[in-house]
Amino acid sequence: MALELLKREAPTLSGLSPEELLELYRQMYLIRRFEEKSAELYTAGLIGGFLHLYIGEEAIAVGACKALQARDHLFTAYRDHGWAIARGLDPKATMAELLGKATGVSGGKGGSMHLASAAHHYWGGHAIVGGHLPMATGVGLASRYKGVDEAVLCVLGEGSTNIGYFHESINLAAVWKLPVVYLVENNQYGMGTSVDRASAVSNVFQRGCAYEIANDQVNGQDVLEVYEAVKEALEHVRREGPYLLEAVTYRYVGHSMGDPERYRQKAEIEEWRARDPIQNFAQKLQAHGVADAAQLEQIHQACEAELVEIVRFAEESPEPPDEALWEHVYVNPIEPQ
Amino acid sequence: MAVITVREAISQALREEMHRDERVFIIGEEIGRWGGTYAVTRGFLDEFGETRVRDTPIAESVIVGAAIGAAIAGLRPVAEIMTINFAFLAMDQIVNHAAKLHYMFNGQIRCPLVIRTVGGGGRQLGATHSQTPDVVFAHFPGLKVVAPGTPADAKGLLKTAIRDEDPVFFIEHATLYQMRGEVPDDDDFLVPIGVSDIKRQGKDVTIVSYSKMLQVSLEAASKLAEEGIDAEVIDLRTLRPLDTRPIVESVRKTNRLVVVEEGWRGYGIGAEIASQVSEKAFDQLDAPIRRVAQAEVPLPYNRRLEQMALPQVADIIHAVKDVMYIN
Repeated sequence: MALELLKREAPTLSGLSPEELLELYRQMYLIRRFEEKSAELYTAGLIGGFLHLYIGEEAIAVGACKALQARDHLFTAYRDHGWAIARGLDPKATMAELLGKATGVSGGKGGSMHLASAAHHYWGGHAIVGGHLPMATGVGLASRYKGVDEAVLCVLGEGSTNIGYFHESINLAAVWKLPVVYLVENNQYGMGTSVDRASAVSNVFQRGCAYEIANDQVNGQDVLEVYEAVKEALEHVRREGPYLLEAVTYRYVGHSMGDPERYRQKAEIEEWRARDPIQNFAQKLQAHGVADAAQLEQIHQACEAELVEIVRFAEESPEPPDEALWEHVYVNPIEPQ
Repeated sequence: MAVITVREAISQALREEMHRDERVFIIGEEIGRWGGTYAVTRGFLDEFGETRVRDTPIAESVIVGAAIGAAIAGLRPVAEIMTINFAFLAMDQIVNHAAKLHYMFNGQIRCPLVIRTVGGGGRQLGATHSQTPDVVFAHFPGLKVVAPGTPADAKGLLKTAIRDEDPVFFIEHATLYQMRGEVPDDDDFLVPIGVSDIKRQGKDVTIVSYSKMLQVSLEAASKLAEEGIDAEVIDLRTLRPLDTRPIVESVRKTNRLVVVEEGWRGYGIGAEIASQVSEKAFDQLDAPIRRVAQAEVPLPYNRRLEQMALPQVADIIHAVKDVMYIN
């Protein structure tokens, strides 16, 4: 594989308190278990449509959202459950959305790929590859227009760096110096096509050079490295213009449920599982005396208990009422006279 | 009442709404220093400055997408797509995003966006620059699609569109900008979206049209009057949501219907209206509904061939006489 990580020293504890560090750990663990549970519910027929799991990539959402301020804005693609939880959306309402329930974050009308919360400035969950890049760019434009210090974190897969949207959006953001961090989650496969088969540049952060914008690459399996890099990128875009940040990662499971995975070797998956962001962070926390194994186990058990409640809430929630079919086509509907 | 052109009417609507609401801004290709390729926004850059008059690269997807984003964030962008033919380059943003956000996220996201664009043939611009694909955009729930045919409607509908909370696709016609007509002087003169308008009262036959073909239909009606045929002409003004009530009422009176559109006949607006009228007023029809539309070919450059393909006054007169059984 042509993709090689930039060499950099991993941060120690990033100046975060033990409570903050353990919260990052808790979020990553909860997301992992949330995703594993989602797969079960999908197999059991409780979740329909597509289901794109975030297993293996948890450190990116958790590290990035730690750096993102409440006033800032978030756009993601459709592999969005982890982002919703890391951004602070209620995991119960998130799971309810996967089950298409009225209590879901999008009222059961969006589904797994269309999670959002206006209150959290999380503007979706978008399922057309690259389609959210222009919109995220436009929210950056609105920040400059209004003169407010609100940055935008636009998360995309490496697969969308080959679509025209990527070029149009970053070019415009660079011309207008918009406060947008384009964070590429390079999990090395666009569905089943590896990055070196699809992209002339496997290290996609290098594409920032073409637009003369700040760019960097981080190890997406290290939550603190992601946190520090996104924090720095956000500071940059507030003052200057856009930033292209690449987080190299790996999804352990298929593109979506039912992916036969004929395009990669088991050994490759095992190699990446050995760099697991959650296990590595657990070791780091213990090595630095932040927590011992018993404390981490307590976190696991709390997450398991929460997961039971999450699933119970989602399963017991009502279906959307029939009227919901007709609601929200327009803000101002014009009734036939 | 002042008599002004469609160009002046649209320009006034934009200027008044920009003065009225500082969230309103315009974004598009050549709208600032150039002054707009149809000169609608001439002088706006000096009047409002670069923050509110944003010249963009030639990149239709991000023009519409950035406008959607700005709308999500609480602004009221008016994006200009130089011609409707280029809107196809932004189709995904228009139909998969602008038209879907409010519904898909259960009302959490609003997209108060206007996309202004210019359609229509008749200027020898060749097959790719002369289309009237209005019906394509009217297909999608979530969008409102407006296409005025007079200066007053152009002004009043654009002002309403800018104040509306939903995405509005606003189609101007390339050959109507010089057309003159009376427009009320009121700064709050609004024309409602989704309301068809009777532009000429008549009792013998109903002609339904909009945009440029409204003017062609009115001309046909004048000629028919000379022959003693009294046509009622209804202007759709809005293609989605489509207001068919005045059409059905008119057909109950005239018992005859001709629908005139500049776009292609197949799957067109005439087909939609004919279907609705058949459902609602079948028993009142004394003749099959006739459609006058563009020949099913890409528009040629040659002036004579282009005019052959476009609906003409004579075609409308012929269709009216068909439904009156006097050909």
